[in-house]
Amino acid sequence: MTETSARSVDAKHVSPGRPDFLTVRNFDFFYGKKQALFDITMDIPEKRVTALIGPSGCGKSTLLRNFNRMNELIDGIRHSGDIRLLGQSIFDKTVEVIALRRSVGMVFQKSNPFPKSIYENVVYGLRIGGESKKSVLDEAVERSLRGAALWDEAKDRLHESALGLSGGQMQRLCIARAIANRPKVLLMDEPCSALDPIATVKVEELIHELKQEFTIIIVTHNMQQATRCSDKTAFFYLGKLIEFAETQKIFSNPVQKQTEDYITGRFG
Amino acid sequence: MSEQDPKSRAIAEIRLGPDLFHLLCWVASAAAVATLGLIIYEIVSGAWPAMQKFGLGFLTSSSWVPNRENFGIFPFIIGTAASSFIAILFALPLGLAIAIFLSENFLPLPVRQVVRFVVEMLAAIPSVVYGLWGIFVVIPLMKIFGAWAVSTFHGVPVLETLFAPPAYGNSMLTASIVLALMILPTLTAISRNSLTAVPGTLREGAYALGATRWEAILGVILPTAAPGVVAATILALGRAMGETMAVAMLIGNSSRLSWSLLSPGGTLAGLLANQFGEAEGMQVNSLMFAALILVVITLFVNLLGEAVLRYTQNQTAGIR
Repeated sequence: MTETSARSVDAKHVSPGRPDFLTVRNFDFFYGKKQALFDITMDIPEKRVTALIGPSGCGKSTLLRNFNRMNELIDGIRHSGDIRLLGQSIFDKTVEVIALRRSVGMVFQKSNPFPKSIYENVVYGLRIGGESKKSVLDEAVERSLRGAALWDEAKDRLHESALGLSGGQMQRLCIARAIANRPKVLLMDEPCSALDPIATVKVEELIHELKQEFTIIIVTHNMQQATRCSDKTAFFYLGKLIEFAETQKIFSNPVQKQTEDYITGRFG
Repeated sequence: MSEQDPKSRAIAEIRLGPDLFHLLCWVASAAAVATLGLIIYEIVSGAWPAMQKFGLGFLTSSSWVPNRENFGIFPFIIGTAASSFIAILFALPLGLAIAIFLSENFLPLPVRQVVRFVVEMLAAIPSVVYGLWGIFVVIPLMKIFGAWAVSTFHGVPVLETLFAPPAYGNSMLTASIVLALMILPTLTAISRNSLTAVPGTLREGAYALGATRWEAILGVILPTAAPGVVAATILALGRAMGETMAVAMLIGNSSRLSWSLLSPGGTLAGLLANQFGEAEGMQVNSLMFAALILVVITLFVNLLGEAVLRYTQNQTAGIR
């Protein structure tokens, strides 16, 4: 870790991180007998935004849901190959899935605030982690809501129900809730697909801010979104990783014909 | 609808069928409403002499002495409330536990379906059968339990009062236990529905923040379903209050108020079932008055339960 963390990845303003922060090696994944992912190998860099794109059913969400082992809620799944976070296999027997999900947070397609107050939503992860000191919780609420660009709108109504927020605010609350755990990685599963254009812009701006601190992996159907907010893009098709490169390169000069066909809208 | 237009004439000809159907439906629904109205009218007119004679004192007086034409239903109101409340105390934890179990995947689906079916079949057993089962099974057991409780809790504050001798088999506790079993299906079914109506996205959200299954159930899923569980409880309470046959067979039908759960008690429904056959004169009027009070209470409780249930459904629709 010490060897790579100091190395500059490129000249962008983002603080440099290690390029193999999260690694996927020869990863196959099955729902029952149906294979959903084929031999995926990729290195996801630290404190960058990596976009996963591809047509519906290409496996990008399946891969995303392996990073925090959410797929384990489904019966009859299995995998081969490995996924490592900071060199440690996330499937290792010594890794507790609870702890993994704390360090790999997730934001869902449809915002899912709990029917509790805004405050209680943000501190949920901390509370179940055993934190009950009010000063710590208060601090986490302000930090997380500021981090999710929701503080100014929510600070006077922290103890009102989260269900009274607008759709875009709810999604930012879910982001605040996820970063309250101080995760290393933030997974986003089409976080803007249920939002209007203005709320989408806000979340995209937020993603720019968040990558200062978190490694972000975002699944999106929106190609403009991928170009706007990601540093690297991975194109998936029929469960295979077709191409993975700098976003600029994928969209301007893709190597694979399938990638070019998809980003120019010829299928998908 | 103009006569010149051939199309509308054709429509006019075939309207007889729909019109007749419409009328029949209208009459049927009006009859249902009218029946409720007539029942209440009949009860009120039957109760009228007693209402004039006793007034509100009927509700607060504790003496029920037919041959002196002295009627008051206070002990029966308390008995109705107490037996239903104790039944809820037993049935709520059990029903909620079953509902959670049935709405989660702890057990394979076929097993859950069997459990669900069996619990819902409890609702299909006739009340009188519960009464018989109570007489032959629960009462003998309660005599043993009562004797044990009296000797064990002797000298313990509060418990000593709740389990005071003599320990009859026919008692408030016996009736409440059987009532609890009778309202279990209502409680379980409605609670289970509101638990399964909690959107899966909330469950995923809790897991994604590092919650264990129990933390997700107790911290997110159950609170989200809570209004539905409250509605289930209120509707079950309504059922328990109106329940007649089994209670009349088991509670002992006494108008004496007692703090002891082992003593006989009485409920409004039990009072009506026991005394109507031999009543005459003012006693009939008084029973009608008691019936009116029972109808008002159960109607109110049921309306409250329905209102909470409706509110819940709107709330969950908002989350989705």
